[in-house]
Amino acid sequence: MLADIVFKALADPSRRRLLDRLFARSGQTLKELCSGHRMTRQAVTKHLAILERANLIAVIWRGREKLHFLNPIPIQDIADRWIRKYERGRLRVLTDLKSQLERKEER
Amino acid sequence: MSEANSTFVYVIYIRTTAEKLWDALTKPEFTRRYWCECVQETTWKPGSPWKLMIPDGRAGDSGEIVETDEPRRLILTWRNEFIPEMRADGYSQCTFELEPVGDSVKLSVTQTIDKPDSKLIKGVSNGWPAILSSLKSLLETGDALEITKHWPKGM
Repeated sequence: MLADIVFKALADPSRRRLLDRLFARSGQTLKELCSGHRMTRQAVTKHLAILERANLIAVIWRGREKLHFLNPIPIQDIADRWIRKYERGRLRVLTDLKSQLERKEER
Repeated sequence: MSEANSTFVYVIYIRTTAEKLWDALTKPEFTRRYWCECVQETTWKPGSPWKLMIPDGRAGDSGEIVETDEPRRLILTWRNEFIPEMRADGYSQCTFELEPVGDSVKLSVTQTIDKPDSKLIKGVSNGWPAILSSLKSLLETGDALEITKHWPKGM
């Protein structure tokens, strides 16, 4: 079941951070994705493989360079199937409140 | 290179055959159903002009066929025609790759342009996920998604 693989891939903060980096700028090399955080190259490679298997990232070879692109399709499927269906105005007010309260902590 | 151009890549797995998917990507009786009532005008031969016709008769996008390898690969150039700031970006290249995987076909759509922060790429990136999900739904269930059945009003 693809949804299981996608949820498992998303259930890890390092992998979500990699997705955020690709959201900010799609088409990065392994080297670019390794820069600026404490994960080892091996760990990043492993996380990227899991994300690729879940189809959350797509890979393109440009000569010898492997470029990683965010593939938003599985996230859209999850949003359609598991989020939009349950969406209620009242819930949105609560999550807005939660994110406002938590924004301070993240800084 | 990633800073000097804009590229979007979409990958979707569709439970179908490469031949059926090729038909769904190219034939007007299919595209009309999941691609907001649009049809493509072209002979699909390399060098042939390509137009994406929107339902009111305008050409929404235009370009040229670069490569046709049925049912594996289709490459075309693509410029927007009806939104001036997108048209100003000029031609992008769009590649469709179909690769059978088990009982499904992996469809990769790559659109790229030699220009950073392209309005065209930003524009199509809003459209592709819904259109491709709708194509998947049409092939797997026989019905496209409601949101892409009709051309958006006022566009």
